[in-house]
Amino acid sequence: MFDWMMNFFYSLPTVMQILIGIQLIVIPLMLAVAYTTFAERKVIGYAHVRIGPNRVGPRGWLQPIADALKLLTKEVIVPTNANRFLFLSAPVLTIAPALAAWAVIPFFDGGALANVNAGLLYLLALTSLGVYGIIIAGWASNSKYALLGSLRSAAQLVSYEIAMGFALVGVLMAAGTLNVGGIIEAQSGSMYHWFLLPLLPLFFVYFISGVAETNRAPFDVAEGESEIVAGFHVEYSGMAFAVFFLAEYANMILISALTAILFLGGWLSPFQGILPQAAFDLPVIGSLLDHGIHWFLFKTAIFLFAFLWFRATFPRYRYDQIMRLGWKVLIPVTIVWLFVEGVLVAFNVGPWFA
Amino acid sequence: MTFELILFYAFGAILLGAALAMISVRNPVHAALFLVVCFVAAAAIWLLAEAEFLGIVLVLVYVGAVMVLFLFVVMMLDINLAKLREGFTEYLPVGVVVAAAMATVLVLVITRYITMEVPERAGPEYANTEALGAILYTEYVYPFEIAAVILLVAIIAAISLTMRKRPDNKSIDPGQQMAVSREGRVRMVSMPSEKKRAPRRSAQGSGSGASDDDASK
Repeated sequence: MFDWMMNFFYSLPTVMQILIGIQLIVIPLMLAVAYTTFAERKVIGYAHVRIGPNRVGPRGWLQPIADALKLLTKEVIVPTNANRFLFLSAPVLTIAPALAAWAVIPFFDGGALANVNAGLLYLLALTSLGVYGIIIAGWASNSKYALLGSLRSAAQLVSYEIAMGFALVGVLMAAGTLNVGGIIEAQSGSMYHWFLLPLLPLFFVYFISGVAETNRAPFDVAEGESEIVAGFHVEYSGMAFAVFFLAEYANMILISALTAILFLGGWLSPFQGILPQAAFDLPVIGSLLDHGIHWFLFKTAIFLFAFLWFRATFPRYRYDQIMRLGWKVLIPVTIVWLFVEGVLVAFNVGPWFA
Repeated sequence: MTFELILFYAFGAILLGAALAMISVRNPVHAALFLVVCFVAAAAIWLLAEAEFLGIVLVLVYVGAVMVLFLFVVMMLDINLAKLREGFTEYLPVGVVVAAAMATVLVLVITRYITMEVPERAGPEYANTEALGAILYTEYVYPFEIAAVILLVAIIAAISLTMRKRPDNKSIDPGQQMAVSREGRVRMVSMPSEKKRAPRRSAQGSGSGASDDDASK
């Protein structure tokens, strides 16, 4: 059955294959986004010792569907004197890079939509494009609060992009390739071959900058509701607002997936090289223990949970503290660790650079 | 006409259109956004020429960082357009001369050194990033290092030019704030609990902290 489907798939024209591949990525991603919003409300609910949404459907499982339907039926209000074209294109500009970045993510061995040579650069470039939606939204809304929010967000993103880029330089030094699939393969061997241990400081820098890049708590000054109402999307309503929301959660999942790929070996199984070969030959358990998409999803889910956990735990950073953390803490840490890594590579230390 | 050629002309048309719009629109924010479109179209043309490193870095550096700061500044500035356009006729002759000179030089360079043929396709094994890296760190290593040092000097110069002491600034050192300990902020005062059914209420609380607070109010 499966072979028949694969044969049919490869017999289709290339354009059809790509289109089907896009559907296979985007539809589950959108569902994941919807249920991440639900998970967030549940997780924060339990962190606050309350239950969270539990009214719509069994145990509240239909809550995201209800939210989406409600937002779909609301009117999209364009403020007077707002630039209509830019105002309506800003949400599109926010979500397009968040979805396009998934093209180079390998979900399993060879399971990427596009096997790009410079995949890591492509990811870095696309994650840096998301800021345009925010800036344009803030400016086109013709509102003081929105403009303030977009300025804060622009400054924050440009600052943390540098630390993020340096962390990625560390990863590509260790892997010796810019190809995302190649980075995962460079970590194969066993759990101890993952880049988590040799690049531990870069791992922390990358994840912290990732949280800052997605404008999530504790770095959510761009929408700090106690100071500037809702920041850049204060004038948006209905589906235009929902698209911003979708983009934020798609970016969260993307950063979690990237952290899992770059530092935890993506679809590599943690039992590889630890369990004897006989364990992988077992009928059902063997395929669960072996490499596969389920490990990638599991690792991504860990970081996604961390995003929600942070939001329930940390108070919001003050603006000057955000700038200090980005420029004076994270960037020096990455530069020092790039030097250390250079020494490690030069002397072929450990199982990683041998 | 191959699909690639169609793509090339499409992105070329977008690039030229956006460049024309950038210098002709009235609103400076729109002009900056048209420049962004220019950069993206140019990056796409570079991708078509198999220069994926240059194309992606153009988007990463110019679109992702430089133009964001540009927009940042343009949005904050209160630009008086009427004032900017005041000297247009006055400077027009100089502008025409400069433009004509530039155009002549460009036409000379393009017709003499640049061929208009479709470039050779490199094989699927060709990686632009590796090719650039190999040539930058071998043949052009000294110019590359000198350019890096010049950039470093420029960074330091820019920072030292804009850095100034502001004695009236009331900002707090975050390092000091983070070094705060409990002992520096909270004073624990031991107070014996009040007896239930005491014959008369003691007028003074035995803890000095409480009475201090009352006095300050």
